[in-house]
Amino acid sequence: MTSRPFLRTFVTPAALCAFGLTAALLAILQYSVRAFVPGSLEPGGLTLENFTALMKPLYARVFLETAWICLLTAITTLFVGYPVAYALVHARSAVFKSLILVTIVTPLFLGEVVRTYSWIIVLGNNGFINSLLLKLGLIAAPFQMMFTIGSVVTALVHVTLPVMVVMLAAALSHINPVYERAAESLGASPIRVFLTITLPLSTPGVVAGVTTAFAWTFSAFATPQLIGGGRVNMVSNLVYQLGFASFNFPFAASLSLAGLAMTLALLAVMRFVARPLERIGLH
Amino acid sequence: MLARRRNNWVGRFIVAFVAMVLGFLVLPALVVAIAALNAKAVLTFPPEQISLRWFAKALAYEDFQNGLRNGLTVTVWASTIALIVGAGFAFALDRYQFHGKRTIETILLSSLLVPHFTIGLGFLILAAQIGLARGITVVIFTHVILVLPFVLRSAYVSLRNIDRRLELAAASLGAPPARVLATVTVPLLAPGLASGWLLSAILSFNEFTASLFVTGQRTQTLPVAMYNYVREYADPSMAAISVMYIVVTATLLALANGYLGLGKVLHVDGQR
Repeated sequence: MTSRPFLRTFVTPAALCAFGLTAALLAILQYSVRAFVPGSLEPGGLTLENFTALMKPLYARVFLETAWICLLTAITTLFVGYPVAYALVHARSAVFKSLILVTIVTPLFLGEVVRTYSWIIVLGNNGFINSLLLKLGLIAAPFQMMFTIGSVVTALVHVTLPVMVVMLAAALSHINPVYERAAESLGASPIRVFLTITLPLSTPGVVAGVTTAFAWTFSAFATPQLIGGGRVNMVSNLVYQLGFASFNFPFAASLSLAGLAMTLALLAVMRFVARPLERIGLH
Repeated sequence: MLARRRNNWVGRFIVAFVAMVLGFLVLPALVVAIAALNAKAVLTFPPEQISLRWFAKALAYEDFQNGLRNGLTVTVWASTIALIVGAGFAFALDRYQFHGKRTIETILLSSLLVPHFTIGLGFLILAAQIGLARGITVVIFTHVILVLPFVLRSAYVSLRNIDRRLELAAASLGAPPARVLATVTVPLLAPGLASGWLLSAILSFNEFTASLFVTGQRTQTLPVAMYNYVREYADPSMAAISVMYIVVTATLLALANGYLGLGKVLHVDGQR
């Protein structure tokens, strides 16, 4: 055995962190099978009631709505992000490239609260868009945009767009330009080159982008909470409400667990569906 | 490239579309800036009178001050701990085969995938069980877990890119492993480690959902304080503090892009 200096020193802290995260997730698992004792923070005995309660239409609806919002956001982001990623990779001017990159990436680092608040000011009844439309005389009364799925999705697309563009650009920039040039020299129109060469070769980026956008949207809390205003409810909002308004931590735990299972299942399905596509892409 | 020249309307369409998307991304920040300068407490566009009073009010607001202090404490501790843990582990990942290598790596990277509200709830329950509820330690540890994947990734990439022969040269000249590490490896890694630290500091300072679960009244970070403010009040102090946030973040990002090349960090500069 060769000498491995610092092995233990370097691995132990990481192992402790991994242990902490595992313990936290196990704590959720453990709470999810315990009974809720009203008025007490201590959970009761073992039960599966939390999971049967998930089947109630009230909660099932929140899951469906969440999945729908995630899907809508991921697909919108894909269609909006693709041309931007394409332009980012193909731009000839370095200044234009940095401009796109910095503008794209900034919302990613802004934090959910600042971003959500900004959208409230843009979309609210006294907000920017309504004031503008009123001044221009296009509408007579403020147009209600807050508390709708559309505005929640708009604000969510704003934050998933950076990740999508970065992932698509990574895939696009690793396509060897030789293939596109070969197709062009054989007389394919630019649109045909794009549809038969560029698009299939960028599939790994599309899959990675859509999956990440989906998972991120699922994780969103402040945006559906503040812009949805209780009328659009996602799993995250329900978990918080159960924990901090009713102190029903066992049920909150089982909801998070079901949410995690749903995300993992969807990611697995997407990988599975994408595998044959990726094979074409990676030849 | 050729495609653009031959098919000008496609190129023009793409440019127009990209301009619109960039506008969409910038719009909220611009609108917030305008709102922050409004002298009146009620939102009006365009503002009738310009004033900086909301900036003064936001800076004087006690919850924001405490939030800033807590936020900076958590950010500095969490990014530094994550940097040490992550760089050390990346070193072991790169150089050695050992028991549990894949398992630890997978668990640490999984925090990228698990929703933040789940991680927050998990640490809240765990902290309550071991009697640490709502202390700053739990907040810091939660943030370490959340930023570790980013530090791990950037340290690992830098480790792959350094010239191992320099280490071998130092070792063959008789330097013990600790000296090689301190005088050769760490200095070579410095730029990668710095960018990893910067990235995790930005992420930690902005982290909200998990923090909402694990912080209490006394330990709330700035994003949590801001969230509580939005729920209770509607005056433009929130816009003012948002503007400060946006300016600081954009400046840091522009700096990071200038010095470190965001394109390289994010792997979008490929074969072109």
